[in-house]
Amino acid sequence: MRKSVAPGGSRANLIPYSGWMTLFVLIPIGLVVYYAFTGVNGFTLSNIGWIWTYRKTLWLSVELALIATVLCLLLAYPIAYGMSRASAKVQRNATLFIMLPMWMNFLVRTYAWMTILEDTGLINSALRAIFGEDFSGLRLINNHGAIVLGMVYNFLPYMILPIYTALTKISYSLVEASRDLGANGAQIFGRIILPMSVPGIISGITMVFIPSISTFIISKILGGGKDFLIGDLIEDYFLGNSGVVNYNIGAALSLVIMVLILVATFFMNHFDKDAKTSGGGSLV
Amino acid sequence: MKTLLKIYNVLIYIFLYAPIAVIILFSFNSGSSRAAFEGFSLQWYAELLEDEVILKSLYYSVIIAVVSALVATLIGTLAALGINALKGWKKSVFLSVNNIPVVNPDIVTAISMMILFVFALSFFHSAEMGFGTLLIAHITFNIPYVVLSVLPKLRGMDHNIYNAALDLGCKPVSAFVKVVIPQIMPGIISGLIMAFTLSLDDFVISYFNSGSTFQTLPITIYSMTKKPYSLKLNALSTLLFAVVMLLMLAINLKKSPDRTKKKA
Repeated sequence: MRKSVAPGGSRANLIPYSGWMTLFVLIPIGLVVYYAFTGVNGFTLSNIGWIWTYRKTLWLSVELALIATVLCLLLAYPIAYGMSRASAKVQRNATLFIMLPMWMNFLVRTYAWMTILEDTGLINSALRAIFGEDFSGLRLINNHGAIVLGMVYNFLPYMILPIYTALTKISYSLVEASRDLGANGAQIFGRIILPMSVPGIISGITMVFIPSISTFIISKILGGGKDFLIGDLIEDYFLGNSGVVNYNIGAALSLVIMVLILVATFFMNHFDKDAKTSGGGSLV
Repeated sequence: MKTLLKIYNVLIYIFLYAPIAVIILFSFNSGSSRAAFEGFSLQWYAELLEDEVILKSLYYSVIIAVVSALVATLIGTLAALGINALKGWKKSVFLSVNNIPVVNPDIVTAISMMILFVFALSFFHSAEMGFGTLLIAHITFNIPYVVLSVLPKLRGMDHNIYNAALDLGCKPVSAFVKVVIPQIMPGIISGLIMAFTLSLDDFVISYFNSGSTFQTLPITIYSMTKKPYSLKLNALSTLLFAVVMLLMLAINLKKSPDRTKKKA
């Protein structure tokens, strides 16, 4: 009998992949780091110094992304829980209907929020119809709240689906057993359901926080362009939309995002270790 | 409690679908305002079908999506086979590198490749970003997703069947084609579909790597939103949405339970 072999295990299979990923993933990341630490006169820390100049923008980006992530988590959990308890057919349809909006171009969808929220928009028109023409209207757009709304709207499905996946993996017999042993609803949720859905929560948080902290379109459309987020700065420095092209500062700011996400992921994975036994709800 | 959850569900679905209802409604607006509905008409659909810029960029989008998905599926599937056979730290290195484009924000992936392209193109005189850079960029962000969708199938595969085929005198190549490929086919197909959709949908990475001559649909949509907003975009979105919805409903009706595909 010959030794058992893994099929297709030839090293040659890895050659195109290794070449491609080195050339178009690793080298570009290396270039970002290189650009972040160099200027016209070679090595410099002045690009990194711009982080201090933009500390308010950075902090605002982190803040809004965190708020959006927490809101998504709170909004998504009941939906995901309801889905996981429903019949197979309802689960299938719900998954479809949660995903369907993502198939419409997100720029056009975000513009539609403008139609809904602006001073002459649908909500304010409806309120005027109710309270009379004197009603001055609500300020619903061009503020931080509108940016957060845009983030929550665009990324909510990314929170619902992984939590739902994690919840469907919980064996219901555990819940029954704990009930037999005298646990009440709150105890069952706090000691069984919530801990076992942690992997889903973690991948949901990752999938909402990362696009939120790096967005530059949502802030542009719904924020009225006055509160630039870090993504807007990076776009400006690379494409020169506000007149200045500076890859070095742009690269330094990109590096900040990467480091932030790396640190966040590290902490999350650490947290995830405690829940490893429950099986992952990860999508990727 | 049950009714409460139901009401809550309805509210969330209203939240998710309100903008879509607005888009569809305004695509039939007889006026040209994005804010006030004046009456029913199909004029925006008629104008859409005459807009060569939009139609051309739709065509470009499909070409980029098809070619990049096929190339990524080939490279990614081969890579998954190779990675699956690796062990220990070598495997972790490959898996970590594979995760870089998945975990990195789109804008960082986009500007990192843009730096490379600008740097490389500076050596050629009149060369500029366009089809080539865009295709490379799309293949690059597609490959990891193909690897991630083929790997689990390889992990779940029974190696004994392949080894049995070899023991019974099958040549490695035909054993591979007849035994391995059919077992991992669902993973390859879902990787291909995922790559195709990601590519079709991508805005951020294309935005930084497409140049001015070759624009995909999301880029065209973006440049149209910056000018006075045209309701042609609503007509276009409504049409595309209708196509996708019909496709998804058709697939969903045919599909067996618990086979739900998720986009990362």
